Amino acid sequence: MNPNGHMKTERGPECAAQQVLTFCLGAETYGVDILRVQEIRGWAPVTRIPQSPTHVLGVLNLRGSIVPILDLRVRFSLEKAEFTALTVIVVLSVTTAAGRREFGLVVDSVSDVVDIDAGDLKETPSLGSRVTGEFIKGLATVADRMLILLNVDELIRRDMEQVEPPAMAGAA
Amino acid sequence: MSLEMVQFHDAFFEEAFESLDAMEKALLDLDPGSPNAEAINSIFRVAHSIKGGSGMFSFNEITSFTHTLETLLDELRAGRMPVTSSIIDLMLKSTDVLRGMLRATQHKTPIDQQAVADLQFDLEQLVVKGAAFGALTAVAPDAAPAVAAPTAVVAAAAARLPRPDEKTWQIEFKPNEQLLVRGNDPSRMFAELAELGDVELLVHTDAVPAFADLDPELCYMTWTIILTTDLTLDTIRSVFEWADGDCELSITEAIGMAPAAPPPSAAAALAAPVPGTTAASPPKAVAAEPEADKSTKSASADSTSIRVSIEKIDELMNTVGEIVITQSMLMQFAQSTEQPSLDRLRTGLTQLERNVRELQESVMRVRMLPISFAFSRFPRLVRDLSQRLNKQIELKMTGEQTELDKTVLERIGDPLVHLVRNSIDHGIEMPEARIAAGKSAVGTVYLNAYHRGGSIVIEVGDDGAGLNLERILTKARAKGLVAQTDTLSDDAIANLIFLPGFSTADVATDLSGRGVGMDVVRRNIKDLGGTVELRTQQGRGSSAIISLPLTLAIVDGQSVAVGDEIYIVPLVTIIESLRLKPGMVSRVVGRGDVFSFRGDYIPIIRLHEVFNAQPRHHELEKGLVMVVEGDGRKVGMFVDELLGQQQVVIKSMEVNYKRVEGVSGATILGEGSVALILDVPGLVRFASERIAA
Repeated sequence: MNPNGHMKTERGPECAAQQVLTFCLGAETYGVDILRVQEIRGWAPVTRIPQSPTHVLGVLNLRGSIVPILDLRVRFSLEKAEFTALTVIVVLSVTTAAGRREFGLVVDSVSDVVDIDAGDLKETPSLGSRVTGEFIKGLATVADRMLILLNVDELIRRDMEQVEPPAMAGAA
Repeated sequence: MSLEMVQFHDAFFEEAFESLDAMEKALLDLDPGSPNAEAINSIFRVAHSIKGGSGMFSFNEITSFTHTLETLLDELRAGRMPVTSSIIDLMLKSTDVLRGMLRATQHKTPIDQQAVADLQFDLEQLVVKGAAFGALTAVAPDAAPAVAAPTAVVAAAAARLPRPDEKTWQIEFKPNEQLLVRGNDPSRMFAELAELGDVELLVHTDAVPAFADLDPELCYMTWTIILTTDLTLDTIRSVFEWADGDCELSITEAIGMAPAAPPPSAAAALAAPVPGTTAASPPKAVAAEPEADKSTKSASADSTSIRVSIEKIDELMNTVGEIVITQSMLMQFAQSTEQPSLDRLRTGLTQLERNVRELQESVMRVRMLPISFAFSRFPRLVRDLSQRLNKQIELKMTGEQTELDKTVLERIGDPLVHLVRNSIDHGIEMPEARIAAGKSAVGTVYLNAYHRGGSIVIEVGDDGAGLNLERILTKARAKGLVAQTDTLSDDAIANLIFLPGFSTADVATDLSGRGVGMDVVRRNIKDLGGTVELRTQQGRGSSAIISLPLTLAIVDGQSVAVGDEIYIVPLVTIIESLRLKPGMVSRVVGRGDVFSFRGDYIPIIRLHEVFNAQPRHHELEKGLVMVVEGDGRKVGMFVDELLGQQQVVIKSMEVNYKRVEGVSGATILGEGSVALILDVPGLVRFASERIAA
């Protein structure tokens, strides 16, 4: 995989199936809807944002726009990993109430693009995952492995629409 | 309407709004005593082109209204009617109504038919009177225009002897009841007929019902018109073209029919308003108030396009041309087989750098518009308000060509309107009071724009009474905003009125009006990154001084290092940077460090503490202290070292993330990495809160 290459999505004839980009985080495999994926790029140092939550690593220049980068390991309370040559940033774009927002997720490595039929998606059981339930769309089995499909819209909504910092923001 | 036409709507509306602005300006410049023919011509052209455009797009109400306006203007243009200040007033009102109609049509909302009908009627009345005036002066040029009564039309017509090639026509004009509803007005047609020749008018009022049964929107009257003219039947018919299908019309040649003395009812019909508008007139006075408010808001209408002078575009083209040349020169160096001399490469790169900077400046200039766009509404505002308040006010505007960013320009309009209104309403005294105070009866309101450093300064002021400082102070003390024992300077007291919650109840009559407080003015200006302060002198007037950044997109920045992080400090906020010597710093117990700077004690904030960074130096003596000013207060900001100065393009953090405390935005540095731009006023507030805590 070319870390800086753009992901081009080709929609197959079967529209009920959803194409999902899968990536690894520790021992688990996660997936995101490929239509949300903007690009995949190699890890590059980011600029730290003061007073931000620990899982917000900082911001990166993505062809002129300032894009926040989130460490998914920290977000999901996994142990922090060293950034290696394989570490990649998956840049996602979601449409929120405030307009289109772009953000990057740091993941261990990107694996594959798979098709998932809507019927194959299982409800999330209430136990057994480190991720809080609302970020998970469902579970699916791909090649005998469990795939956790993430709800990126919810994930980003949580981070971007946190309450304004009280002290200074109000006065400005 | 076909899709092809719809795509031109925006262009039509934009152009129409622009022409109306031009028309308003020309009207305000028009001197009732000696009207400038060229000005009247240009006003006429505006009405004409709007009429043409609206006709093309079938905006019939606008067409009909502008047609009336055009008729009146034609009278003025031909000198058949004197330009009086009441006509100018009426035409100014017409621009408002037209704007309202255009906006309603643009946003597909219903047109305020009442206002349109009222004004259209007034205009038509004028045209009819004007025709009378014209006819009268034709016979007796020395007759006083003031005595031109509608009856004179007929009288004058009767007095003239028919020329040999003239024929007399008898026109039976029986409009159906819906004529007025469709925006046609017989009196306008009669006025047009009067232009063709001599007119004798007979009105048949038999069908007018009792007052109780009268529907003011319907036309109950019919007319017999005797017209003596040398023009053809077709020309006469064309006058009634507008009413085609709405009336029964018969035109016959009345040979040998001598113009008879006018029956009294004809004069009565002209003098009395057409029924369609009698009932409509009274609400007009009520409508005038919100109308004035609307007109001031017109400029804030969202405009998504920008008009750029050819000169600026040419400049842009030139710069791009040069860049292309430089680039191909550099390419040649790269392609040549022999080792290019480093010097030539360096020269090429320097040239490229210069070109790119020029390009950047040219592109920025495209966004810059002269402040006259924001000022243009004030002559009208001052005229209207001073008339309403019976004050004599002269408006002086200087520096209208000062350019500032389009975004800033659009958002500064409303605060300026508020300040100017305050000056007119509360600043300038009544003429008697001014004379009593030994001042000229005519008050002055001035708007002044100029560059100062990296910012634009706009002064809004008056030579009125100044602010009632005692009253403000009493109020502030009553509200607990100022301690009873504090003594404040005059300017400090004046600036109290910017505090939120100050412009309430009993002070409102004195200092501000119309619901929007001065705190909103200040907040709007602050949102633009600007500041505002008030100066006042008892009996001499007061002024508001607004300082705005030149542009919101680019800022001159000083990069500073804290550990291995780089931050950008806007250059305008920096007063100076210094290295502290041991002994300069004193520690105030529990309140942090302060140091003495030119007689002031200045609190120090350590940027690495606020931002939780790893600094290279912890001791104040080893790093640098940058004295910055924000919100009128100074703080010393402790950083590791200063790096270079550069212009940076401001990028919003909020597009993809959210507001970050102490950071106003981000920018991209030369090597492609992101640096955060400090929000100095925010940090100053933060520091003072911490110290006060």
